[in-house]
Amino acid sequence: MKSAVITFPGSNCDRDMHVALNKFGFKNKMVWHNDNELPKSDLVVLPGGFSYGDYLRCGSMASKSKIMQSVINFAKSGGLVMGICNGFQILVESGLVPGILLRNKYLEFICKNVFVKIDNKDNPYFKNLDKEVFELHIAHNEGNYFCTNDQLKEIEDNNQVAIYYCNDNGKTEEKFNPNGSLKNIAGIFNKEKNVLGMMPHPERMIDQSLSGEDGSLFFKNLINNIK
Amino acid sequence: MKVSAIITLKKDVLDPQGKVIHQTLDGMGFKDVNEVRQGKYFEIDVKENDPQKAQKIVEDMCNKLLANLVIENYKIIEIQ
Repeated sequence: MKSAVITFPGSNCDRDMHVALNKFGFKNKMVWHNDNELPKSDLVVLPGGFSYGDYLRCGSMASKSKIMQSVINFAKSGGLVMGICNGFQILVESGLVPGILLRNKYLEFICKNVFVKIDNKDNPYFKNLDKEVFELHIAHNEGNYFCTNDQLKEIEDNNQVAIYYCNDNGKTEEKFNPNGSLKNIAGIFNKEKNVLGMMPHPERMIDQSLSGEDGSLFFKNLINNIK
Repeated sequence: MKVSAIITLKKDVLDPQGKVIHQTLDGMGFKDVNEVRQGKYFEIDVKENDPQKAQKIVEDMCNKLLANLVIENYKIIEIQ
């Protein structure tokens, strides 16, 4: 299975993602933001970081970079595109998933492990996972998910919420919401479920010597689903 | 022509920075404040001498990049 990770100026989780994808069996290629064409890929990942120094709005500049037209075309033709953290911000700014990520409610950069609950497994990312609650890492200043009421209705009607912030038992109450996100939303799909944007970093949880291995479960399952 | 545009958060969007500024102003003794909303200001010098055309160009920029219309509104405030 082939994957591609896009590096934007200011990306800093691109290499971690490259290591994670290779570890679980992908043959990953790094792609520069200024390239025109994506290599032939089964999965394209927009990594975390601070593309363009978070100028204007996080992800807004990167969403207009050259490679993004190819990424958008790939997504529109049904290709799997995943955006993590800053990658999620780039996805919302490019219009591939609805909504936007605002500054965290309490104006703090948050860097910690959180629990997230998978609500809907009818998609290529979570299908066949035998677990609902995952411990993953977040590190962001702008992860406060927001959308209009009309968008929220559409998102909920189409089961587009990918993951919710919760506690270790999967309770999705407001007190387990780290950043003020609407309805505890931590990740979201496009309508067709081939594009996934989420704030938590599965690539940071792929080794016992890191802070956990729930990310490994995600990647192992993902490659099996794509095969 | 120089076109000036301001971008503000829509009414129902939480503005935590505005809130903190409000609290700080209050702490400094400015007690007559109802609310503070923070926004952005752009001054764009375009190669166009017709004011209407210049405005159109900057509006296009606002729609496509400078503002995110999910949360923000923009307003052209000056053309000179």
